[in-house]
Amino acid sequence: MNTQVSIAGVTFQNPVMTASGTFGSGMEYNAFVDLNRLGAVVTKGVASVPWAGNKTPRVAETYGGMLNAIGLQNPGIDLFIERDLAFLKQYRTRVIVNVCGRTVDEYVTVVERLADTSVDMLEINVSCPNVKEGAIAFGQDTKALSDITAAIKKKAKQPVIMKLSPNVTSISEMAKAAEAAGADAISLINTFTAMKIDIYRRRFALANRTGGLSGPAIKPIAVRMVYEASHAVSIPVIGMGGIANAEDAVEFMMAGATAVAVGAMNFHDPYTTVRVIEGIEAFMRDQKIDDVNSLIGCV
Amino acid sequence: MEKQTATVLRQECIADGIYSMWIKTPLANEACPGQFISVYTNNAARLLPRPISICETKQDCLRIVYRIAGKGTEEFSRYHANDPVSILGPLGNGFPLSGEDAVLIAGGIGIPPMLALAKALTGKKEIVLGYRSTPFLQDELSAFGDVILATEDGCTGTRGTVMDAIAAHPLSGKVIYACGPIPMLRAVKEYAAAQNIPAWLSLEERMACGVGACLGCVCESTETDAHSLVNNKRICKDGPVFAASEVIL
Repeated sequence: MNTQVSIAGVTFQNPVMTASGTFGSGMEYNAFVDLNRLGAVVTKGVASVPWAGNKTPRVAETYGGMLNAIGLQNPGIDLFIERDLAFLKQYRTRVIVNVCGRTVDEYVTVVERLADTSVDMLEINVSCPNVKEGAIAFGQDTKALSDITAAIKKKAKQPVIMKLSPNVTSISEMAKAAEAAGADAISLINTFTAMKIDIYRRRFALANRTGGLSGPAIKPIAVRMVYEASHAVSIPVIGMGGIANAEDAVEFMMAGATAVAVGAMNFHDPYTTVRVIEGIEAFMRDQKIDDVNSLIGCV
Repeated sequence: MEKQTATVLRQECIADGIYSMWIKTPLANEACPGQFISVYTNNAARLLPRPISICETKQDCLRIVYRIAGKGTEEFSRYHANDPVSILGPLGNGFPLSGEDAVLIAGGIGIPPMLALAKALTGKKEIVLGYRSTPFLQDELSAFGDVILATEDGCTGTRGTVMDAIAAHPLSGKVIYACGPIPMLRAVKEYAAAQNIPAWLSLEERMACGVGACLGCVCESTETDAHSLVNNKRICKDGPVFAASEVIL
């Protein structure tokens, strides 16, 4: 039984990754799951310098999901390389670093700093809805997306995944723009811009007013977008959005994803990633599937 | 620390909307006063755990006392003996224990962790408790020290806040431990600074992961934090107990 998948020349022992921002750099979840079991650890977004993030409350639960407006708090690339990457080096699991910035130059600075490291791939966050400058501003316009993709590709030593926002009119157009500018892969979806109001206090649930909606509530939309994007481009797609179990993961793969990521459900159950991996293996045995790659885009 | 399905031993309503639940779990034996557990609902549509402080422990048994604050805690309040309950913990850092005479100050649903703390502290204890109205846990706490009550409606003790009660009952303790709403903790912090005695504050915030990964539950800190090199300590992982001088409230 083969569970290995390959994206831009990088092979993964299985198609299950962590979704950026839900797993830190794996240090906290190491207590629950063997990081060596994962297809890849996708780190929380890292910028050129430390970012303080937004005011609290930063999270709120909604039906079947949650809102977050962390605001990309992160320690900056220096400490990240020294501490987080050193930690991840102890494991044979692939490492994908999520990169964020306010300007193209800031993204490029991080990408250049990572050039000499053992990082396997870069995921470029052009889709965070919770910061005022950068991030989503690059992910909602085909020209801006194309420009930043090209600028990063020029400097990157590792394959580049562009992480796309669902907060767009046509995900296919965004996917095509990323591919045309040289992206090696795309990942989607990031969170939906959303809002919750505490009706008893007559206040926004989040200090940032809006936040990104994730969790099982968004899964059917994510599956549709992965389907559309994967049919618009020929580069691999990493699918995510509310994956809670192996059935959800298989659904994303059948929609066209080469790999999948577990996000908000890590908060519900810290063992979710490994349960999804084991569940995919059980599904393959049960359905007499020899190669997980046969699931990709099979519908 | 692990996530597990434990068993409810018993549960009772001890005041309006306040429930006391004993849970059978070996995780109890690892717990320190001031730590908390994440409690998960049975409804997957409510995917985030509810962080609830540990009220006290016995061999293989842990007690939580919580307020119904929404649909998740309302679900917990309907659990009966022998029902399964999904928990993760113990989480966070507890109160550093001092042998000196101590003042325990707590308000509302910040009161429960004071029971485990009062049991663990060896010195003399003055225990100041603030409520909106009907008190709870005050009899159990009175076994460990002098209890001073404040109620907002004046139904018992000093009418007003814990600070009003302290003004009416001068204290002699040399270290303060506090848990309660932010305005109360702010007042305790000011009081401790004026008295020039150390204070330990237990904070609360909306949490998601509960283990320090998501950075959802930070509080502003006076010093640069080790995790992100900004001024945001993680309440779930670096706290929930902080030195008063460490945090900006």
